[in-house]
Order: sequence, then structure tokens, then C-alpha cells
Amino acid sequence: MLRYIYGRDLGRYPRLRESMFKDRAAQFRDRLGWEVTVDASGAERDAYDALNPIYVIWEEADGGHGGSMRFLPTTGPTMVADHFLSLTNGVDFASPYIWETTRFCLAPGAARRVSAALMLGGLELGLHHDLSHAIGVFDARMVRVYRILGWPPAILGTVGQGAEAISAGLWAFEEELRPALLSRAQVSAQTSRAWLLRAVAEREMVAGTA
Amino acid sequence: MLGNLSPFIDRLSRATTLEDLSSEVRWLRDALEVEHLIYHSVNSTGEEYAALTYSDAWVQRYLDNNYARIDPVVQGCFRRFDPVDWSELDWSGKPQRAFLEEAQGAGVGGQGLSVPIRGPRGQFALFTVNHGCSDKDWAGYTKEHLPKLILAAHFVNQKALEIERGTDEAALASLSPRESDTLKMLAQGYSRAQAADNLSISEHTLRVYIEGARLKLGASNTTHAVARALASGVIII
Repeated sequence: MLRYIYGRDLGRYPRLRESMFKDRAAQFRDRLGWEVTVDASGAERDAYDALNPIYVIWEEADGGHGGSMRFLPTTGPTMVADHFLSLTNGVDFASPYIWETTRFCLAPGAARRVSAALMLGGLELGLHHDLSHAIGVFDARMVRVYRILGWPPAILGTVGQGAEAISAGLWAFEEELRPALLSRAQVSAQTSRAWLLRAVAEREMVAGTA
Repeated sequence: MLGNLSPFIDRLSRATTLEDLSSEVRWLRDALEVEHLIYHSVNSTGEEYAALTYSDAWVQRYLDNNYARIDPVVQGCFRRFDPVDWSELDWSGKPQRAFLEEAQGAGVGGQGLSVPIRGPRGQFALFTVNHGCSDKDWAGYTKEHLPKLILAAHFVNQKALEIERGTDEAALASLSPRESDTLKMLAQGYSRAQAADNLSISEHTLRVYIEGARLKLGASNTTHAVARALASGVIII
């Protein structure tokens, strides 16, 4: 199932949290060879995890992490504004209607439908919050993945060649994208909506508990 | 006014001091037809600034008692960046109930909607509209006006940041080459399709550049953004 969790509420899902940060180390350090920071417990975290992002997480039946990504508002610090302005022709896309998405990650051996489910989760989140776009940075391999999943970003700029290329892009939040993502994720519209509404209700319960 | 933020954005663009911002916050409160409007910001060095319409007596009492500690609005909004209706917060604790009762005695309405704002370098702000009316009327009001309230919150925060920096040069100078190219094309009378074609980008991406420039210039629409960019010398054609 899809969960939408603020960083500071992750402690309520210890198994999900631990397996997510470990799977991120497996993907970004071990498989892709990025220079990320992995702590002694094997968890990959960066400075943006400390900013209380919203995580969209696919939770497996056993309560473990199947895949995830995270969102932060572009009016505050973002990876694209702090490190990748060369990919956007110098444009800082700070807007109350644009959130940044980063760390798109799949657990080793995750089912094919998990990546579609994550894209679906991103879409549900953006539509629920009346956003216009998500912005993100991705490598050449992901351009093809996003296209196959049926929600390719508009590419703003690219640096590098071939498999080494990285790009910044914008995803528009549009209702019409939902049916195809639901079908690829093998989730019904009702279930998808129920997952989001449950997360929002739980978020509000937690938020007021000082 | 409720239908359109343009008059407010025009007024706000002329504000140059925190006193000006306070009076614009009062003007916006009237225009939005709510009892109170509160803007509160904490910058990266912990400095605070507020522009609000609550009574001075209530503000003093709030500060004297350090009510931010127990206020579910403040506590809740520090934990999230999406807007929150006060009815969704947890007011059930004893200190929270007493706080709410005292606030209402001081003229604070029972309904509220707060927009948390994350700014650059750890800046954090909260923009709240507060009113006294039925749950049903409030739900109708917020459903209709939420996108506008989010935008108003953003503009007030941009202005507060700009005043804090002491100049609006930084905001203007931060128009990227792509954004200023886009505005230049529009200023010369090109259509969006032609401008996108000339810049070798999609119209979709062009719209995002225009929107970005509009937000940075504090402009209410594309024409206003072009006019402001020309008037302030950011673009020259």
C-alpha cells in the first residue's frame, strides 16, 4: 500500500523507516555508485531528510519498504536550487505550487508495479495539494522509465552525454494521468484515494499533539 | 476583491517598510472579509517579525505567557508544509482548551486556516486567516479561496523577505536569463507559441518560466510582470 508520511512522523513506522534508508544505500551507493553518506547502521541520509520532507512510500505486505521518494516545497532549500541550477538554465523554480521530488528509489527485487505505484502516489499528493508541478533531477536511465510509466517530465536542461547525462524536468499534475497510472500500478481509484485520505487524516491527528 | 488578488498585489508592490506591510495586512484582512489575518515569520537567525490584526492586549498576553509553546497552530504548523484548518488540529488537551477559551475571549474567531511557508535558508513563516462563523460557512469559504490564500501568503512572505534584505534588487536580479528572455519576447509582442518556438522550448515550459518571473516580480499576471520588468529596468528591449 501507499503511505504518505512527514519525516518527523517516520518514527511511528520503524520497520518502514529502517528498510527505506537501507534500500536507499543499496540503490544510490551500491548500484548507482553515487557519493552519498551511509551511516554505521547502513542507512543513507542527506541534509534534505533533516528538513521534514513528505515521503511517498510503497509498503510491502510484511511492513517493509518496496519503494519511495520524497517531496519538499521549492520555496525552501531544494537540491535543484542548491546544486543543479546549471540544469535549469539558472532558473530557481521557487513557487508555492511546485514541490521538488528526489531520491526515487526501489527496493532490490521490487515488483514491476511498484514504480508505477510511486508515480501514482506523487500524482495523488500533487493533486490533493493543488500543485501545478513537481521538479526533479534524474539520470538518463530514468528518462526512459518515466516514459514507459506514462508520465514523462518536460525536460528543462541536460548536462553530459549518453548514460552519464543528468537532466532536470517538470512533471505537470493532471487528473488525466491517473487512469493509466492506476492500471499500471494495479490499484483501483477508490483504494488509491482511501490511502491518501487516511494519510491526511493521520497527519492531522499527529500534527496537533504538541 | 475576493475574486481577484490583483489590487492587493499592486498595493503590496509599493510597500517598502514593515509598517507599510502591517497596513497592507490590515487592508488584506478587510478585502478577504475575515476578522483577522496574522503573518508571523522567524528568519534563519531566529529573529521574529509579525504583522497581524489581533488586539495589542491579546498579543502582549500571548507573548507574556509564551503561548507559542502550547498553541496547536504553531506546534502543528512547524511539523508540516501543507495548509491546515484549525478544526483538524488537536485542541483536546487541558492547556489547549484553556488557551482557546482565553483567545476567544480576546476576540479571536473560532475558525482558522494556516498556511506554513518555508523560505530560503531556514526561514519559516505562518500566514493565518481567522474568523467567527459556522463550520459549514467556513468550509465553503476555505474551499473556494484556498489557492488564493496560498498565493497571498507567498506574496506577503516575499515582501517581508525583501524588506528584511533592505532592497528588492535581489529579487529582481534573480530573474534568470531564461525568464528575462521569455518576458522580453512577450514585451515585443510575440505570442506564447512564437516565444516558445524562438527559445526552443515547449509552451508548457514557457508557462512555468512566466509563472516563475511573475512570482519573483510580485506581479498579478503576465502583463503586469512584463510591465514591472520593463519599469524596473530588469529587461530592456
